[in-house]
Amino acid sequence: MKAKVLIRPKDGILDPQGKAVERALPALGFEGVHDVRVGRLVELETDDPSKLDDLCEKLLANPLIEDFEVELEQ
Amino acid sequence: MIGVVQFPGSCDERDALAAVQRVGEGRLVWHEETDLSGLDGVVIPGGFSYGDYLRAGAIARFSPAMEAVDRFAAEGGPVLGICNGFQVLCEAGLLPGALLPNVGLRFLCRQVELVAEDFEGSFGSAIESGDRLSIPVKHMSGRYFAPDDQLDALEAGGRIAFRYAAGENPNGSVRDIAGVVNEAGNVLGLMPHPEHAVDPLTGSDDGLSLFRALATQAAPA
Repeated sequence: MKAKVLIRPKDGILDPQGKAVERALPALGFEGVHDVRVGRLVELETDDPSKLDDLCEKLLANPLIEDFEVELEQ
Repeated sequence: MIGVVQFPGSCDERDALAAVQRVGEGRLVWHEETDLSGLDGVVIPGGFSYGDYLRAGAIARFSPAMEAVDRFAAEGGPVLGICNGFQVLCEAGLLPGALLPNVGLRFLCRQVELVAEDFEGSFGSAIESGDRLSIPVKHMSGRYFAPDDQLDALEAGGRIAFRYAAGENPNGSVRDIAGVVNEAGNVLGLMPHPEHAVDPLTGSDDGLSLFRALATQAAPA
């Protein structure tokens, strides 16, 4: 089964990458864009989706600083 | 005998070994080694272990050598994690907190002033509280972070080992924290590089005190 794991910085954690992107946008003429946060997307195929949460907590995300969401493709 | 762990992508293991050899005996420990018997202390050096893929230190924590270091530390063996080594120890759960990308998003390479705290354990008793150390930093992800309640507990428990001196915080670390110890005080991690400050010829030998502290600690039973 295919799955997508979306990992993002936890609320309240300063994301300088998002800030840098946000500051760059007006220079390109994109006004009015706020609260940019940069995370990452992991795509994988798994035989046992029940282990995905555990796998995310142990490796794909660091629960102290990141939240994750698992999306299974039917 | 002090072991310096070498991962694929480590780059400071030879400087760390040279620093160790100024105060005692040392050897490299390849990341596939699992037998640390005969070692009195371990250094996890700086670099980019396993390419720092995913997050700095995230993959290295699963290496065979780190499983052995985990057991070594649990038995009370002294472990010093420097820069990437600090990141690995945090990812492995041997130290609290996490290291985030520098607030300025730039790779930093410069000399900084550290102030030693009054902290617990074998390293803490070897390093004088209030000592100022001039040691270089060189990192991209050195911004120490832990939630406020955890930071309060770390401060109350004497677990903060080093802070950047006033006005010297280069990376946005919370509460100016540069290094912490585990609860038992036998595992110390810090972002600055004491192995690059072991000879006055290169600006400072303040880093030697950490290697002396490591070398003088007793071997685990």
